[in-house]
Amino acid sequence: MPLSIILGTLVILTLIGFYMGRSRAVASSSGDIRILHSLPGYYGYFVAIWCGVPALLVAAGWLAFEPQIVQGLLISSLPEDVQKLSDNRLKLVLNDIMNIAAGGIASKKPDPEILKAAEYYNSLKSTGSVALAGVMFALAVAGITYARSKINPDLRARNNVEKFIMVILIASSTIAILTTVGIVFSLLFESLRFFQKVAPVDFLFGLEWSPQTALRSDQVGSTGLFGAVPLFVGTLLISFIAMCVAAPVGLLSAIYMAEYAPYKVRAALKPMLEILAGIPTVVYGFFAALTVAPFFRDLGASGGIMISSESALAAGVVMGIMIIPFVSSIADDVITAVPQAMREGSLGLGATKSETIKRVILPAALPGIVGGLLLAVSRAIGETMIVVMAAGLAAKLSVNPLEAVTTVTVQIVTLLVGDQEFDSAKTLAAFALGLLLFCVTLVLNIIALTVVNKYREQYE
Amino acid sequence: MSETIASDTFALTDISTQKEATAEAVRQSLKKRYSAERRFRFYGVMALVFAFLMLVVLFATIFSNGYSAFVQTMIRIDVKLDAETIDPKGTRDPAVLLRAGYGLLIKQSLRETFPEVRSRRDKKKLYGLVSQLGANDALSDLVLQNPVVIGKTVSIWVPASDDVDMLVKGHISRDVPEKERRVSNKEIAWIDTIKAQDRLKTQFNTNFFTAGDSREPEMAGVWGAAMGSLLTLAVTLLLSFPLGVSAAVYLEESAPKNRWTQIIEVNINNLAAVPSIVFGLLGLAVLLNFMGMPRSAPVVGGIVLALMTLPTVIIAGRAALTSVPPSIREAALGVGASRVQTIFHHVLPLAMPGILTGSIIGMARALGETAPLLMIGMVAFIADIPQGFTDPATVLPVQVYLWADSPERAFVEKTSAAIIVLLVFLVTMNALAVWLRQKFENRW
Amino acid sequence: MTMTATATVAETKYPKSDAEDVRTKFSARDVSVFYGEKQALFDVALDVPRHQVTALIGPSGCGKSTFLRCLNRMNDTIPICRVTGDIRLDDNNIYAPDIDVVYLRARVGMVFQKPNPFPKSIFENIAYGPRIHGIATDKNDLDKIVQTSLEKAGLWNEVKDRLGEPGTGLSGGQQQRLCIARAIAVQPEVILMDEPCSALDPIATAKIEELIDELRSNYTIVIVTHNMQQAARVSQQTAFFHLGYLVEHSTTEQIFTNPDDQRTQDYITGRFG
Repeated sequence: MPLSIILGTLVILTLIGFYMGRSRAVASSSGDIRILHSLPGYYGYFVAIWCGVPALLVAAGWLAFEPQIVQGLLISSLPEDVQKLSDNRLKLVLNDIMNIAAGGIASKKPDPEILKAAEYYNSLKSTGSVALAGVMFALAVAGITYARSKINPDLRARNNVEKFIMVILIASSTIAILTTVGIVFSLLFESLRFFQKVAPVDFLFGLEWSPQTALRSDQVGSTGLFGAVPLFVGTLLISFIAMCVAAPVGLLSAIYMAEYAPYKVRAALKPMLEILAGIPTVVYGFFAALTVAPFFRDLGASGGIMISSESALAAGVVMGIMIIPFVSSIADDVITAVPQAMREGSLGLGATKSETIKRVILPAALPGIVGGLLLAVSRAIGETMIVVMAAGLAAKLSVNPLEAVTTVTVQIVTLLVGDQEFDSAKTLAAFALGLLLFCVTLVLNIIALTVVNKYREQYE
Repeated sequence: MSETIASDTFALTDISTQKEATAEAVRQSLKKRYSAERRFRFYGVMALVFAFLMLVVLFATIFSNGYSAFVQTMIRIDVKLDAETIDPKGTRDPAVLLRAGYGLLIKQSLRETFPEVRSRRDKKKLYGLVSQLGANDALSDLVLQNPVVIGKTVSIWVPASDDVDMLVKGHISRDVPEKERRVSNKEIAWIDTIKAQDRLKTQFNTNFFTAGDSREPEMAGVWGAAMGSLLTLAVTLLLSFPLGVSAAVYLEESAPKNRWTQIIEVNINNLAAVPSIVFGLLGLAVLLNFMGMPRSAPVVGGIVLALMTLPTVIIAGRAALTSVPPSIREAALGVGASRVQTIFHHVLPLAMPGILTGSIIGMARALGETAPLLMIGMVAFIADIPQGFTDPATVLPVQVYLWADSPERAFVEKTSAAIIVLLVFLVTMNALAVWLRQKFENRW
Repeated sequence: MTMTATATVAETKYPKSDAEDVRTKFSARDVSVFYGEKQALFDVALDVPRHQVTALIGPSGCGKSTFLRCLNRMNDTIPICRVTGDIRLDDNNIYAPDIDVVYLRARVGMVFQKPNPFPKSIFENIAYGPRIHGIATDKNDLDKIVQTSLEKAGLWNEVKDRLGEPGTGLSGGQQQRLCIARAIAVQPEVILMDEPCSALDPIATAKIEELIDELRSNYTIVIVTHNMQQAARVSQQTAFFHLGYLVEHSTTEQIFTNPDDQRTQDYITGRFG
């Protein structure tokens, strides 16, 4: 029985429960609903909640754990020698079984044991879904019965319902925490598996990055080097170039818009910067690969300098353009937050506007601006698509912006895109890189947000 | 300016000459300072001009490369629908008709149009004038609709191959020496002949909007990716909106100001700034490997993007809720509404425009995301249009990425056109958000 | 000496007293100020004599601060504000197109209602003006100027050991004296003060009033105040504003003991405002 039908039935039952609850409440008031503690609708919701929620929880649990359980039972039903197969082979066998069970084709001519296992699998699945339907139905009916029995004019239905709502609200808020926990745990877990294969010191301080793993244990060229330093250098180089573009342009734009531009001009320019921020990074990447990189390459060629067609320069400049709005909007906010009294004090002494800005306003806004720049750097470090499309894959340890370098994010994508075995050091390396990326950006963000918040306090 | 003082004391003269000296020093400094002022202003203007210029160049590049993708070059060929080749058994069975060897008939038609072509290499080039896939599909569609035409000769418009398309649109230049061109002189001669015979036309490329991805650039379309984006965003919205609003309501209205809520707040602010690729890794590790969800499915992509958008919705929601003045809450409580009733009957409806605006902007960001979806496998070549939430699919930005990687010249055009489609969606969503904000936002 | 006074426009004749030179520092004629469409000042005419303290009094919203800000063209910083009329500093029209505003503001300093020291050290606060105007660039000159200004403002002894500390760390009264010292450092001829004591406690206020009296021997001072007693204590000339009009102006003694206009009388006796 497909899940959608089960859920559909549950919805109908819940609705029935609602109406039953409400009518029961009205009935128990013997004609005058003012006797009831809460509006009749709340009694209906009360019953509906008792009917639907337990069943839903069971369904959620089933969804999450059923695949594991079925797989476990399936494996234990297989002959001993098959169970002892290596992980990969076992996975292949399981795939075959499931394919046949779904009516598809296997990788080779199926032997009778596989066919039997496929039948068993199908029976497990159908038993499971029938059991689920049964349990959910039983829970729903039990819920309705129990809740209805409790209905009387003194029952504080509204309070109960509202308490339930609060629980939902609180649960939603904790999802945010769960996400962070999930990120940290999953990254940590896989990274630890990685560090079992490659020593952390080699990873963090190694100078060569050429990730390869053996497909067979006797393969030549099987040692992979997982030294991430070239990646760090590449990331920092491109981020540096990006900030060289974004910081001055962003700051000067913000200063001009906050201090000099007449209101109409400012109103026209702000959306333009917001557009820059809203363009998807894949578009920037395409632009970088299609136009900017060849432009720099040809520019270099005409001047006799060798500029790679995947230069860090191209990727960095385009990334810088993308980051301009980040810098300028934060800078604009902090500059506008400096109290007008400062400006008047300075102008009253006979300073020009630029002197006031350079000597009074910017120093006063400095913490906020620094915070904004840090956030921009964090964004640059975590950026993926522009570098994937415009920068190279060669992990060269170089600070020359005219060459092709690779970054942490590019390598994460390269390692994971494609059919990789999940256990190999290659794919696990991607998680280790991801963990590193997460930690670095987290630290930068915390510092930046603390600085910006402290700055805001100063002027409030 | 001079000062003559009727009764001066020594002190007075001292002060006044001091002041005179100072005034002089000030006068001297003025010129330099004013030019510094002008320079500074100039830098500010230049910065804005630079940003604007880059924006213009970006759009110009994309549009100039992409607009031609909206038309498709077609060639008219006369095909003898030989009954033996198409339907040897004469059953008119649709399955047979669908799979028939139309390719042979097409090649025959081309040979007959240019009988002078002899060598194998030249014949191969000749066959390459039309789109194999496209011509095949056109013929099979025709035959399936009208089986009566079997045995007759039909004149049918078929899509030209990508190289011909590029040549006709001017993206392949005739002036470049033959060795550096993808299209040889012979091919150009044939194309010119076809044109002279009135067998060449360009028409609106509906295929771009109705077809899915294809190995042949001339047949590639964005509809598959668009459907994938739609399904994925639907999941994202269904998950992030209720959860985000609930969390925002709780944090803003009911949460006690203790350590726990502070941690949650810091958490949310940090999550909003985590690189998107990390969410992809999370999806890969937990959703795909631990929970065994189907790779590359909109439901998985939707969950990943929902987790990414959640902080944005929460922050926007909180801002909207804060802007509702406390007097409203107090009035509601004053007539005896419970806290929950106050929130849901009074505060939330007033904050809704702000919440919706923030959510739409969050969705727009999610629409443009690529990296996390690459992680969960949406990087395969998927030619079918996804029908459900668990079918393998791709999304528009990933489609752009995949096409950008392809070497054929024609894919540059298609990539740019896909970007134009993506940008149109984004502009619409942002415009909707702005309109919402203007029309419905209450000013207290 | 008799004063001829009219309700709106007044021709000034200042009585000579104490054998002081009472030449006019500022003279304003037909000054009107508009904020967009709304007119805030109506044809004000006033002479400000040098080396004296002139107080501008009146109920709130009467335009006295607006007029004060015309004298150093601070109203220029407000985009919708428009000033018409003639204001002359030593016979030079300060609203002439070729007038350098920067130079004007070096000659006419201002102290604001709420003390606004820069978020810099005490030393840097004072040194700011001389630095940007190029009056003094080397350390020794700056040290001298800072010390002199702080002495003149009566703050030197209190802060001489902590010149490196932030100006914002001082008490309210000290901050305002810091702002006065900052204004003095540029060697202005006129100091404009916009309700300088309204944010201060009585003791700090007394100190500042004392300071104003000392300063007047070297500077011309125009002070806006809503505190009539302060005006009586501190000024030699007083001008009474009401609803954008200059109602009456004369010596302080005259205004407070025997005003010509009924409105002035009502104001100083507390009937309104």
